[in-house]
Amino acid sequence: MDVTQTLDRAPAAPALVAAEAPLAKWALVGLALLFLGFFLFLPLVAIFAQAFESGPSAYWAAVADADSRSAFGLTLVAALVAVPINVIFGIAAAWAVARFDFPGKGFLVSLIDLPFAVSPVIAGLVFVLLFGMQGYFGPWLAERDIQIVFAVPGILLATLFVTVPFVARELIPLMQEQGSEEEQAAISLGAGGWQTFFRITIPNIRWGLLYGVVLLNARAIGEFGAVSVVSGHIRGETNTAPLHVEILYNEYNFAAAFAVASVLAIFALVTIAAKAGIELKTGMHGRTR
Amino acid sequence: MMTPFRRRNVLPGFLPSLGLTLVYLTLLVLIPLGALILKTTEMTWGQFWETVTTARALATYKLSLGAAFGAALTNAVFGLIVAWVLVRYSFPGKRVVDGLVDLPFAMPTAVAGIALTSIYASSGWVGQHLEPLGVKVAFTPLGILVALTFIGLPFVVRTVEPVLQDIEAELEEASASLGAGRWQTFRRVILPMILPALLTGFTLAFARAIGEYGSVVFISGNQPMRTEITTLLIMTKLEQYDYTGATAIATVMLTLSLGLLFLINLLHGWARRSAAA
Repeated sequence: MDVTQTLDRAPAAPALVAAEAPLAKWALVGLALLFLGFFLFLPLVAIFAQAFESGPSAYWAAVADADSRSAFGLTLVAALVAVPINVIFGIAAAWAVARFDFPGKGFLVSLIDLPFAVSPVIAGLVFVLLFGMQGYFGPWLAERDIQIVFAVPGILLATLFVTVPFVARELIPLMQEQGSEEEQAAISLGAGGWQTFFRITIPNIRWGLLYGVVLLNARAIGEFGAVSVVSGHIRGETNTAPLHVEILYNEYNFAAAFAVASVLAIFALVTIAAKAGIELKTGMHGRTR
Repeated sequence: MMTPFRRRNVLPGFLPSLGLTLVYLTLLVLIPLGALILKTTEMTWGQFWETVTTARALATYKLSLGAAFGAALTNAVFGLIVAWVLVRYSFPGKRVVDGLVDLPFAMPTAVAGIALTSIYASSGWVGQHLEPLGVKVAFTPLGILVALTFIGLPFVVRTVEPVLQDIEAELEEASASLGAGRWQTFRRVILPMILPALLTGFTLAFARAIGEYGSVVFISGNQPMRTEITTLLIMTKLEQYDYTGATAIATVMLTLSLGLLFLINLLHGWARRSAAA
């Protein structure tokens, strides 16, 4: 037997001499599954069970109801606005941070992370302080008859704020790791800036970009606290899907609330599948956000 | 990675990209947060102190911090177990379970909130069994802890997993061959190696739990002095148009969040250094 074999890395199963007793293994697996069962699986099942409690026709009625449709529409608009803007920002920020050195870079990165650390309720509060009736710009806006808070623009702003870091946080370490040699080579061979960017940078970062977009999208769609503060909760006008769920639930219209919630839950599952798919494709795992 | 000579001169786009970044961040992040600070300064120090130290406010801090700590601790213990199981063992359905761990990241908080409430209410799937035993979950601090545990679940698992994966089998084998029992090996060889990641995950879960709103507001019942969390207090003051009061409490929260952000960055640095060692 080759002596070096025993010294090779054992990937999933440690060598016999350094492993737990089978009883301990199964106890740990059981404990883990029990924990996840209670906290993850059960709530997921409960959503769908309660959604269909009054039967499938009630389910479709709740999902296709005019207010629900408008809520889904507003949620979609928020995502369609937040994603492109924060993608452009994320790429620009990653280019500046990962490709150049300048004083205050660490501070800039912390600044980008800031919306992450802030509670969603505070994220909404700051826009009310700026644009609300008694806000700093309140009178100025009232004169021009512009509504930001308690209207769609406020919702878009709040969603933008909470999703700022997502793409940047994916791209910065990725681009730092990849290094700039290929781009430098291209430039030194006479390629223009945009040429280099579209033909070298973008293809290199495409999976990190996609990953960031998937997470950003999920957050934009699911945002609740920040949007709740700025929205005014006007049915059919300033309600996103999560807010609509809250309204239905508070009216004790449980089946309808869970019906709308189930659509969001399905989308969450699609997000997870996309995330896992990208992780598989690129060999990364265990990224925490 | 070597920094090439005069990198800045070769690659274009420094000023435009930095400019765009700074303008965007100033408009969207700095100015709004500045408004918060500005509003706070409209109060005198005495008024500020009075607002943030009312009995009601203090009760919310205790509850938010306590529940967040308890949830993060639960996640630290069980998250470690989950990470261990996912990295070390195989079982049917492992892929699906692994993916599901990310559910709290992807799910809207309101959806999680109503789902958890319906399960743990007295008529719920779990609540109905716990109630006869005298354990009330919904509308109690325990319910808040449950919701915050859900929210923080992925943090510890995902921070510890990569470190567990990178542990070399030789270390454990050496420990065993020197006569250490399995638990001894875990306690004295493995645990110190994953401690930075474990602490980082704990702090991330804690920071997230403090500012949580959507998943808690349904299950907590929101009774002042008993089941009211700080974010709800801010929301309530806003609804009553008490902007200065809301801002004062928000400033307290923001200071805490920034402190935690700083701590997390330190822990990340420690984790990176010890992984490289």
